[in-house]
Amino acid sequence: MIEIQNVRKSFGSLEVLKGIDLTVNKGEVLTIIGGSGSGKSTLLTCINGLEPIDAGRILVDGTEVHAKSTNLNKLRSKLGIVFQQFNAFPHLTVLENVMLAPRKVLGLSKEKAEENAVKQLTHVGLGEKLGVYPTRMSGGQQQRMAIARALAMSPEYMLFDEVTSALDPQLVGEVLDTLRMLASEGMTMICVTHEMKFAREVSDRVAFFHKGVMAEIAAPEALFGAPKDPELQKFLAATH
Amino acid sequence: MFNTALTLADLGFLLQGALMTLAVTAVSVTAGTVLGIIFGVVRNQVGPYWAAPLTFVLDVFRSVPLLIQLVLANAFQAIAKLGWAPFTTSCVVLSLYTAAYCTEIVRGGISSVPPTTRRAARSLGMTWWQDMRYIVAPLATRVSLPSWIGLTLGVMKDSALVLWLGLIELLRASQVLVTRLQEPLLILLICGAIYFLISFPIARLGGYLEKRWSND
Repeated sequence: MIEIQNVRKSFGSLEVLKGIDLTVNKGEVLTIIGGSGSGKSTLLTCINGLEPIDAGRILVDGTEVHAKSTNLNKLRSKLGIVFQQFNAFPHLTVLENVMLAPRKVLGLSKEKAEENAVKQLTHVGLGEKLGVYPTRMSGGQQQRMAIARALAMSPEYMLFDEVTSALDPQLVGEVLDTLRMLASEGMTMICVTHEMKFAREVSDRVAFFHKGVMAEIAAPEALFGAPKDPELQKFLAATH
Repeated sequence: MFNTALTLADLGFLLQGALMTLAVTAVSVTAGTVLGIIFGVVRNQVGPYWAAPLTFVLDVFRSVPLLIQLVLANAFQAIAKLGWAPFTTSCVVLSLYTAAYCTEIVRGGISSVPPTTRRAARSLGMTWWQDMRYIVAPLATRVSLPSWIGLTLGVMKDSALVLWLGLIELLRASQVLVTRLQEPLLILLICGAIYFLISFPIARLGGYLEKRWSND
């Protein structure tokens, strides 16, 4: 369970998160929608501890992410995150990209890490690309590799930060299909996305962020079908 | 038409000088590179404000002509009664000189690794050290290698200046022979050829590594 309690965060004088309260249960798929600058991506990097917060707290299975005593590196192995940029390690092959962290962070043997990496890469449809360098692949393939790389750490939660925003339109589908597959397998996921159709299909709940505030949260039918917040109504009208 | 007074023993003398050049270069480039990596990482890590004193010292070593550094260092070690041999003084000065340039090369290499790539490494649970070791070091090395090869070749040639402290390296050995035999053209040709023979493999090694690392 991820518990976000009254989290505040500023960059300089700009407050990007103005007291967010949100709980994500095990097995749930939550998508976050909203305009740019609404704070949705920042929230994900805060959950992972990549960004400090100014007030409030975030608990992952009861462990406070920003507490001094928390071993962030250990906590992160349970929180997979995939970013908008694919961030492949360009000097490593696809297989090595996926094997590196399980070997060095989890201490798996080479054989074990390789077996696991092959499994994850096959799962996302890259079983044929093991020895290829990432720069030789399309954006969609690189992004699926990044998903496999995160999955190879056997995370309990997956955070997706606009993972299709940097892709050519014809490549968006293959990455969304991968996310759908994960959702159907019961992975707990928080997806920040601009893909409304996808959000509607896979989410248990959808949250709408506006100017650092969670303006509305509801099941997708309710949120898309009968939006209450006026800003959400405007947002939905503009994206359709 | 080609008569020379140059003997085999003289050639041996030149090669001895070349060995001295190689020794000074090897020690200075090794020590300078190690120091340069440490300083480069520190400068990257602590930010420009805290690194300012270090940056200033390194700027001095980059700005003052090497010859002046050598002569001053030799005078200071004598005044301070350190009792350094000319070889030691030469290596210390050349190492710091190399470190000053190498720091910038390392800093540039580290900066060339996109922050988002490093963030991805950390998000997988890698420590700062693991990120440095497995992601930053290999990527930065690829970017820095051509400049580092250039620096090494430069230091090898600049090491000729240690003759001012009385070390008989390749250039000094040639001068001695020129003075004695009065055959400057031939001797300087041989001297130049030896410098080339030392440089060429280093340059080729650089080319080979660049090719190997190009992921093709």
